[in-house]
Parts: sequence; structure tokens; C-alpha cells
Amino acid sequence: MAAHLSYGRVNLNILREAARKELREFLDKCAGSKAIVWDEYLTGPFGLIAQYSLLKEHEVEKMFTLKSGKLPSADVKNIIFFVRPRLELMDIIAENVFSEDKMHSSRDFHILFVPRRSMLCEQRLKEQGVLASFVNIDEYILDLIPYDGDLLSMEYESAFRECYLENDQTSLYHTAKGLMTLQALYGTIPQIYGKGDCARHVANMMLRMKREFAGSQNQILPVFDTLLLLDRNIDLLTPLATQLTYEGLIDEIYGITNGYVKLPPEKFAQKKQGAALSKKAKIISAAFEERHNAKTVGEIKQFVSQLPHMQAARSSLANHTSIAELIKDITTSEAFFENLTVEQEFMTGVDTDKVNTYIEDCIAQKDPLIKILRLMCMQSVCNNGLKQKVFEYYKREILQTYGYEHILTLNNLEKASLLKLQTSSRNNYPTIRKTLKLWMEDANEQNPNDISYVYSGYAPLSVRLTQVLARPGWRSIEEVLKLLPGPHFEERQQLPAGLHKKRQQGENRTTLVFFLGGVSYAEIAALRFLSQMEDSGMEYIIATTKLLNGTTWIKSLMDRPESQIS
Amino acid sequence: MTFITANWNPLGEAFYRKSELYEMCWNLRDGLRDCLVAAAPYGGPIALLREPVRRSPSSRPQLEIYSASGVSIASFPWKSGPVVHLGWTVSDELLCIQEDGSVLIYDLFGSFKRHFSMGQEVVQSQVLEAKVFHSPYGTGVAIVTGSSRFIMATNIDDLKLRRLPEVPGLQGKPSCWVVLNQDRQTKVLLSTGSELYILDNTSCTAVSLPGLAPQGGSIVHMSVSFSYKYLAVLTDSGHLWTGPSHLQDKMSEVDTKKLTPPKQMVWCRRPKSQQPSVVLMWDRLLMVVGVCQDTIQFPTEDQCVLVGEMDGVRIISSTNQELLQEVPLVCQEIFKIASMAPGALLLEAHREYEKSSQKADEYLREIKEQSMLGEAVSQCIEAAGHEYDPNTQKSLMRAASFGKCFLTDFSPGQFVTTCRELRVLNSVRESSVGLPLTHTQFKQMTLQVLIDRLVYRQFYPLAIEMCRYLKIPDYQGVSRVLKHWASCKVQQKDLSDEAIARAMCAKVGDSPGVSYSDIAAKAYECGRTELAIKLLDFEARSGEQVPLLLKMKRSQLALSKAVESGDTDLVYTVVTYLKNEMNRGDFFMTLRNQPVALSLYRQFCKLQEQETLKDLYNQDDDHKELANYYVTASYREKRLESRLSLLQSAVDEYNKAKNEFSAKATEEEMRLLRFQRKLDDEKGAGLLELSLQATMEALLALGLYKQAEQLYRDFRVPDKRYWWLKLKSLAEKEEWDELEKFSKSKKSPIGYLAFVEVCMKSNNKYEAKKYVSKVTPEQRVKAHLAISDLDGAADAAIERKNDSEIATVLSRCSAADRLLIERLNRASTAKK
Repeated sequence: MAAHLSYGRVNLNILREAARKELREFLDKCAGSKAIVWDEYLTGPFGLIAQYSLLKEHEVEKMFTLKSGKLPSADVKNIIFFVRPRLELMDIIAENVFSEDKMHSSRDFHILFVPRRSMLCEQRLKEQGVLASFVNIDEYILDLIPYDGDLLSMEYESAFRECYLENDQTSLYHTAKGLMTLQALYGTIPQIYGKGDCARHVANMMLRMKREFAGSQNQILPVFDTLLLLDRNIDLLTPLATQLTYEGLIDEIYGITNGYVKLPPEKFAQKKQGAALSKKAKIISAAFEERHNAKTVGEIKQFVSQLPHMQAARSSLANHTSIAELIKDITTSEAFFENLTVEQEFMTGVDTDKVNTYIEDCIAQKDPLIKILRLMCMQSVCNNGLKQKVFEYYKREILQTYGYEHILTLNNLEKASLLKLQTSSRNNYPTIRKTLKLWMEDANEQNPNDISYVYSGYAPLSVRLTQVLARPGWRSIEEVLKLLPGPHFEERQQLPAGLHKKRQQGENRTTLVFFLGGVSYAEIAALRFLSQMEDSGMEYIIATTKLLNGTTWIKSLMDRPESQIS
Repeated sequence: MTFITANWNPLGEAFYRKSELYEMCWNLRDGLRDCLVAAAPYGGPIALLREPVRRSPSSRPQLEIYSASGVSIASFPWKSGPVVHLGWTVSDELLCIQEDGSVLIYDLFGSFKRHFSMGQEVVQSQVLEAKVFHSPYGTGVAIVTGSSRFIMATNIDDLKLRRLPEVPGLQGKPSCWVVLNQDRQTKVLLSTGSELYILDNTSCTAVSLPGLAPQGGSIVHMSVSFSYKYLAVLTDSGHLWTGPSHLQDKMSEVDTKKLTPPKQMVWCRRPKSQQPSVVLMWDRLLMVVGVCQDTIQFPTEDQCVLVGEMDGVRIISSTNQELLQEVPLVCQEIFKIASMAPGALLLEAHREYEKSSQKADEYLREIKEQSMLGEAVSQCIEAAGHEYDPNTQKSLMRAASFGKCFLTDFSPGQFVTTCRELRVLNSVRESSVGLPLTHTQFKQMTLQVLIDRLVYRQFYPLAIEMCRYLKIPDYQGVSRVLKHWASCKVQQKDLSDEAIARAMCAKVGDSPGVSYSDIAAKAYECGRTELAIKLLDFEARSGEQVPLLLKMKRSQLALSKAVESGDTDLVYTVVTYLKNEMNRGDFFMTLRNQPVALSLYRQFCKLQEQETLKDLYNQDDDHKELANYYVTASYREKRLESRLSLLQSAVDEYNKAKNEFSAKATEEEMRLLRFQRKLDDEKGAGLLELSLQATMEALLALGLYKQAEQLYRDFRVPDKRYWWLKLKSLAEKEEWDELEKFSKSKKSPIGYLAFVEVCMKSNNKYEAKKYVSKVTPEQRVKAHLAISDLDGAADAAIERKNDSEIATVLSRCSAADRLLIERLNRASTAKK
């Protein structure tokens, strides 16, 4: 069923099974036939835990999307709302319940809060006078959802925005809780490293929670040796850059949501709307080489056909070939090349203090606003802020071309430090770039020997920090760490005697890298590359609040006045 | 060592033994005479209430509570009404059933807990008799009233009074009655002398005892076994009938030859009993009547009380306490004279071994020959569990241990467990503790309950030691004990808050699973708010502190604890609470000191209460956010005037925030809006809501060049962007003359290659050519290629002597352009 989760170093299927068990238990609490009313946002993440067949086995006969007004009629005994704890959703539920009561009175209502029940929401239901209508109010703790054998995501889209714009640390609380769940299943993680304010906060909460649960001591041999917590804001640059790995490109161009991607159907023989991205895509991506696409499609074919287990997946192969061709069309286009050139100029520090003519032209051509913002933010990050003249010029250009309402978005980006005014004359970025070797001139994309291949030369800062931590350790880069925002720290969690791992000779250590605020596919690829490197001695499992790319990230930070939405 | 079988009495096939548990510690002046006595099973406490001496109303009876060994726990004068019956609940609470039907509940230490009534009608008719009984639902009370009605409550913790149907012809109280528990129903079995009735919720059914001899006479006494499974009935002719309590069968009928009714009659059985019996007690005689018709008679000197246990009967007199029970089979086998059971042989073998006699080997060999050594060891261990005397236990365990040496694969589990359990049992049997539990009772009761009972009796050190000794996980063991200790401690009124808090911290420390907030809640309950706050400080889980703090109206503290916990939902909860509790000014001030709470509240307001949001920003003089707020608000506004006025407010705030750029930009926006409306009014251009760029685009599309120009100047639009815009717009409309004019208006800031490309996009090669010559030399090759003029491109490239350009041109050449290719190649080599 979910074999892709269990092949890796850490069997993430355990986590999925635990989640499924809990879901079944809840469903069985509501005896009889059921209809689920979904908070639409949850359907994607839930799809990764349980397919419709599981729900059906537990007498779920109908599924609806939560919307205001009357509930669709369904001849079931139970109506279950699967919702996030949000006030606006409570109002809709209340409306549903009200309009329901008049017609049928025999249906039982239940609420399942994901990932946590909220007193605030229950209070709201009480105010609306419907709280008593619910037979069961429960929570379904779904913090970390397994996406792949080495990848967990909370799919908490607004995490970055909440943390850095709104000073709302709800997502961090859920992160800490999620990590506690993970430790309950995979053992206490003896070492915690972190960098950034959010990381510090999460670590503090974890340590406190551990104290609170002291006594119910976990007797599981630790699977993870180390936890590394990284704030997204210590590396704002990486997600802004166009990802140049196979999976990353698919995400950049078509957008991957919850492991699915919608591709133009006409390109696929069997008219497949969604193609699940499986492990195979990743294997290809490890050797697949992007922009300067020297490898022909035929070569990929040959490569893939050598893989075991592939016979059964001929159609998958065909899909991947088609996808590769689609992508190739785009990656070889002039526009793509130009954009990339500018990105690389910024990353290498060429003329970052001047108005960039390419950005200017793109605005004049009315290219998508997000593309402009991505480039602009990149320039700002690589230059430790923009000079006032340049900054204001860009902003005016945007306001005049795309509308004044975007002043709010610009303010947001400024608040998140993605855009900023250069205050000190000193630009730290070159120092960081040089010390951490973020730019590798001779990136070898055929047979990569460094993580920089994922961005054709640029080594993601976040991953570089991870790599340095493993060897030789952060002490060697104290100076650079100080240049990045927020504290860096190390904590140890006591293990009960007898649970100390006796490591076999040559056995790899396992690190869980948690990106607070999101991670890009390219960063994941880079970490996977590090795992595969023979002499690294480290395997990485990746967790994040959200899988993102520059576009979805910037989008989450945009403010759209209501008039624009309707 | 005394001879173990000395106190064994044969009864049918089996043996009964009466062994002393305690010499009672109490000193009762008048013995147990004229007392209401209640003794709880499982070695529970004993309560005594002297019958009120009616002579003088001023002399109040004394209610006394003792442990099973007679250690006084509490004693106080009874000030309430006349008591009919005393009984203990399953949780060691004392029920005092009064004549008027009220039931007073006291704890083990004699403090009053609560009371309930058996119904209004009882106040009039009075309680004649009452019984306390235990069922799976808890502890129940049944009474019979002066009007001959039965009223029953099956669970006093969930009080539901049931008035049972009337019994035909019953006057006053029945001659005897018992409460039965059958098929998950509680019933009353009563006898009016000659008749026998079963009373359940709805009916009163006459029944008869199967096989009771007609000359049996009328019923004077009844008794139900511990498990409610068996019934014993005694008639006035001295016949004892026994049978299952569903009355479908008869087990036996024995003539006791006693015509006076006994004081007490109790079943004496044990699980897997060979020979159950009923114990009858008269003033000076105790008679054990076996179902097998056999009897044993013990003379008694003193008034006694019988307490039925699951595996025997305890006999409490004013001086001592004994346990009467059927000797367990395994003990019989081992100790019976001349027994050849493997256990008996092993015990003997070990005895010889200790004497260093070779007979030990003979015995052992005998057991081994029958391959019974495992069985022998098991028997010894099991028998040790049933023995009360530590020396006997030891000799049995030693024998078992000795036997074990000759076994290779005997699991040590049973041995170790029994050792541990015996140690525990011996220590609670100590007279000072006074819990005379048998091993069977202990198993039934479970360790958890035993610890609870110790804790309830405030034997904290023993309980803790026991938990440690038995290696019970802290959570269920030590911590639980400490928790009780702590909540008992906070009630000690003679200690200062400071002292208690200190003691608490020292003892409890951070023992896992002890919830300081629970202890604090207890302290608060006792009215010690200050202590509660002190204790809450020790609580590791900030989240747990919040609800109590709110309850104690320490809302500020609650807020900071909520923030500390990181649980935003909790913060919201406190914030909502504060909002309702406080006036707005104080509320805002409180939030101000808690930035995390403040930002969460802002979030809440953003979604729910826009107006409050404004007030919050105002209070903080956060001009920038205030300005953003106005901007956001302006987009919700449909009317232009209101929109402009909101934007003006935004401008003012941006200025106050010294955010010049935003102020200017917003002013620009207002200017644009006014301009758009003017043109919409004048020309119906439909410009409102368009961006500046889009407005200019629309104007150009409408041919309103002048107005577009005006915007371009007024808004200081960069030349490049404007040129691009106009270029594309004109090309789209195919206004080629206008385009040419435009190209000549001044030097193009975007160069002329753009012109060429845009024209080509409109497929107008003719127009495109016009601009090729104007293109800068660097772009000339590109321009020629754009219009597919290979020759021109080649010329330009050769002229510029640029290899890469030559190569570009070459790459565009087809085979037909042979001459051209040669020329380019020549130029390329000539350069070298």
C-alpha cells in the first residue's frame, strides 16, 4: 500500500500506520453509516494517510466539501466534520447544523479537529448555540505526514507567514508536538541542533514537553541520532532560486501538491491527469541533468530501464519520459535561460546594487508579478538589502504596473526581510558565500560531486549548514553563523540507560533535518545526494512545515485585499 | 516450629483451620456487647457504635473506628440521630444509616463527607432494618421501612432510589431478608416466616426452597455467600438448607439440632472449595456446618462478630481475631500426615538436607523418578502463598528453592513473584498497619488497590517503599503515592504556606507524573489560594496551570503561563476570558505586556473584529500598521469618496510613520483614482480599478494619446516602460505611421531592435525593415536575422569581425546558402 515509505533507513510507514489506526478508531466511535464533510484543505494531506477505500470500510458512504448553507441530503446516521480549528469554519459548521436540524433530527453530528482541538473553536460553537449538537468532538493529531521514505511534511501552508509576519507561533507548537509524536514512535533523539529564533522556540518547547512527560519514559531504541532545526529565514535565498532538479523543475513549472502534479493531458498517451511522483522520479533526478540537458531522452530511457522493479512500471517510465520532454522544451527556451542567467548573476554577486535591466524589462513586459518579486527579493537578499534609490524604483514600477494594492504585499516582504533597505554599507552575503562555498564554478552536473548541482552551481545555504554540521562541525563556521539571523544552539536529551546505541563499524548516522517555514524540492534533492554520498556517513530524513517553491512561497506572503479576491 | 496440622479440623473430606490473626490492640471496656459493628471485608476497618443508652439523653454514644488489628483511627461522640445500621463502602467510607432514612457518609478518619436520604416517606415511617451491600455497580443500601416497604439504592455514588413493590401480607419487618445480585439485577429475598418472596423492580414473587422438608418449619435466618452464588436458610426447627441462590436446586439440608436462632450466620467458602460450609454463631458456640452434613463446633467465650471474606470468615472478638478457612488443597497435600504428594516429599527432602542427611537424596530421587519435581516446586510455592506464618512460608520457599536447583528449565517467575508478594503481604499484615489480607484476597484486590488503600490510610512511607520494592513504574507507583500525600499535606491547617510548599518541593521534587496543578487545585479547594499559587509555580506544564489560575482570578499570571506553554489555543482562551472580564483599557494594557498574546489577538481581530484592530494599532501608535489597515479597508469600500478618504487617512499615517515612499505612493494612487473617474465620467473609458500601466494601455488603445502622455509625465513613468507600452500598443493597432512618428520623437530608450521584433510579431516585415538600420551595431546581426535577412546579417557580422556572431549566422544558413557560407567561413579564417 505505502511501500514507498518503508524502504528507507527509517520506516516511516510506522507513522502512517499509527495515523491510520487513530483514524479508524475515531470512525468506529461513530457507529453506523457516515458522511464526511471536508474542510477542503485537508483532503490532500488525508489522501496520503488513507484512501477512500479505508473510509468506505468504516461505513463512510458520502463525502462533501464544507460550504455554507444547507448540507446535501444523505441517508446516513452520522455527519462528521473534518476541519482545521479555524473560527470561520466553525461559523460555516454552525450554519450547516442549523439548517439541518429543521429537516432531519435523527442524524448525529461529530467534529474531528485536525490537527488539534481548540477551546477557542469550541467556544465559538457554543456561542453559536450548536456545541451541544455534537455527539463527539475529537482531535486527530496529524502533524507530520509521511510523503516519501525520507520526507515528512506538515503541509502547514501559512507557517512562514504566521511566524515572520504575524508573530503567531501556532505552527511551531504543532511542530514541537509533531516531533514529540515522532519521538514516541522512533525513540528520543539524543542530540538537537538548531539555528534561528523559531528553531530555538521549538527546541525549548520540546524540552519542556519532555519534562512534562517525564516518567512515561520512552523505551525505544532511538532511530534518529540528531535533530537539526533550521529556520527558513536563515536561508531566504535558496527557495527564491529556480530549482534545477527533475522534481524541482516539475514543481516550478507545474506545481506539485500533496505528491500529485497536474500535467497537460494532451501530452500523455493514456490521458493521465495526475501522475504520482514516486521514488523513480527521484532516482532519475539523482542522475538526471537539467538545463544544459546533455543527456538525451534516449539515455534516460536506458538508464531507467536498468533499474530493477521497472518492468511493472513501464507506463510510469513512459510518463516520466513525456514529462522530461515537456520540461526540456521549457528549460531550453531563451526566456528560461535569461531568467536563470540573472539569478546566477545575483548569486555570484554581479551588479546586485544596481537596477537590473532584466527585471525592468520583465516589468515592462508585464511578466507575472510573482516572478518579478522572486527576482527582486533575490537581488535584495544577495546584496544584503537594496539601495534606497534602487528599492524605491522597483517598488514604484511594481505599484504602477501591477496596481497600488500591492503596497501591502511589498510591506509584507519587507517585514519578512525578503526585501529590505540597505542600511549598513557592509554586505555579508559575499562573506557567507565564500566561507560556505555556496558558489561552485565547476559544478559537475553529470556526475555530481557536490550539492551545488541542484542549482547548477549554487549550493543551498541550508543544506551546506547541514553538511558542515555533520563534518567538521559548526564550530568551524562560528563567524558565519553569527552573520545569519537568530541563535544557534545545541541541546542533549538524556536517554534512559541501556538505550545508547552501539554503533556498528561503518554504520551511518541518521539526522532528521526540520525546515521550519518550508523546504524546496531542490534542497531535498541536495540532502538526498548527501545521504547517498559514500563517505558522508550520514543519512538524512527531511521534515518541514510545508513543501514549497519560490512561487508558492511568495504567494503565501502576498496580501490580496478582499475586493481582489471576489 | 509448631505442628502445622494442630489446628486442622476435619470436615467431610476437607479440613478447616482457625488461625489467629491478631491480638486486638483495642481495649474495649464492654466488649462487643450492645454494639452496632461494621467490619469491612478484605481486612477492612471496623466501626463500632455503642447502642444509645436511653436513660439520659445527654450521654451521647461514641462512634469509634479501628483498623482490623484494633488500632484506633478515630473516635467521636455521635451527635446525629439514632443509627440503625453501619456499613462500609468499597472505598472504605463509613455509611451510617439513621432511623429517619438519612445516610451519613464519613471517611476512614471520621470526617463527615456528605449525606443523602433514602426518601421523604422514610422520615415518617422510619427505617426498621437496613443492609449495605456490594455489587459490580458499587456499594448499595437497602432498607425496610415501618410501613413494610423496601427501598433500595444500588450505587450510592449515583443515587437512584428504587421503591420495591409491596409484599402481600407483610406487617412490620420480615423475619429475615437478604439482598441478592443475580443476572445484573439487585433483588431482595425475604421471608415472612412461612412464605418466601423475591422482590425485584417490578414484582413480588412467592418462591419456595426446592427439597426443603415439610417439617422444616418457618425461616428464621438467611445468608448469601460472598459471591452471591449460594444461599443458606435456617428454619426454626434448626434445619439448615443450602443451595444455589437462584433456588433451582438444593445442595444439602442439615439438622443443627439447635432451636434458638443464631446471632450471625455466614458462608465460609473459598474459590475451588472442596467442602463449603456455613458458620453459625450463638452466644457461646461457633458451629461450622458443612454441606456434607458434617459439623465442627468451637466454643466461644466472648461476644464475637463474623466477617465473611471471599475465602473464609474472620472472627473478631474483643480480645483477638481469627481466620477460619478451609485449608487450601495444596496445603492439605503438603502437610497432611503421611502425604506422598510431590510437594510434601520435597519439603521433607529439604528438611533432611538441612540436617545434612542422605535421606534428602532418597526423597529427591523419589520425586524425580515420577518426574514430579516441577510439580513439587510449584506446590511448595503455592502453599507458601496460602500460609500465614512467615516461618512456614520460609520453609516452603526454601524447599522450593532447593528443588529448583535440580531443574534446568523451571521458570523463576512464580518463585520471584511469590517471594515479593509475601513480603508485601507480611508487611501489611503487621499489626500497626492492620490489613490481614490472604494471598487469594490480595490477588483479587490487585496491587493497585492495595496501594490505594495504604495511601488512603496515610501509610505513605510504606506505600512508597512497596512501590519501589515491586519496581512499579513511577507513574502508577511512587508518583501516585506522592500525589496523595501532597493533597493530604495541603489540608494541614497548622502548617504555614511556606512550610508546606517547601516540604512539597523537597519530597515531590520533579517526580514524574505528579501534577502540581492538581495539588494546587486541592489547596485552592481548601481555601488556600496563596499556597495554590506557590505550588503552581512548581508545575512544569505551563498549560496545566492556566485553568486553575483563571479560576483563582489570577488572569495576568494565567496569560503569561499560557504564553509560556507555546500553546496558542490556550493563549486565545485566556485572551477571550480576559476580554470578557476586563474593561477595554485594562485589557489592552495587559496585552501590551504580552507581545505574543497581543499579536495573536491582532490575528483574531484581523479575521473577526476589524474595528478593534484599529484601536489596537492606535493604542500602540503603530502608524505603519494603521496605514496598512486603512489601505486594506479602502479596498473593501465601494464608493470612491469613502475610498479616497480612507486612503487619505493612510497617507497621514504613513507620514506619521515617516514612511515617505508609501505616503507618496498612496497619494499617487489617489491621484490616479481621481483621474480615472474623471475620464470614466467624460469618456466612459471604464478605467477604475486598473493599474497605472493598464490605464495607459487602455488610453492608448482608445487612441487617447494625449491623456496617456499626461499620465506618463505626471506619474514620472520611466521612459523605457512607456516606450515599450506605446510600441506594443501601436503595433497591435497597426498604426504604423504613428509608430514611425513615435520612433522619431526622440532617441529610443529601449533601442530599435525592440521595434524590429515587435513589427515582426505583427508579421510586418516591411515596417520592421525600417528600423533595422537604426539598431546599434551590437544588435545589428540579431536585427537582420529577425527579419530573416541572412545577407544583411552576414554583412554586419563580417563587418564587426565577431566570431560568435558569424557562427550564429552560419547556424541559420541552410545548404542553399552555399555562397554565403563560403563568405562567412572566409571571413572567419581571414581573421585568424
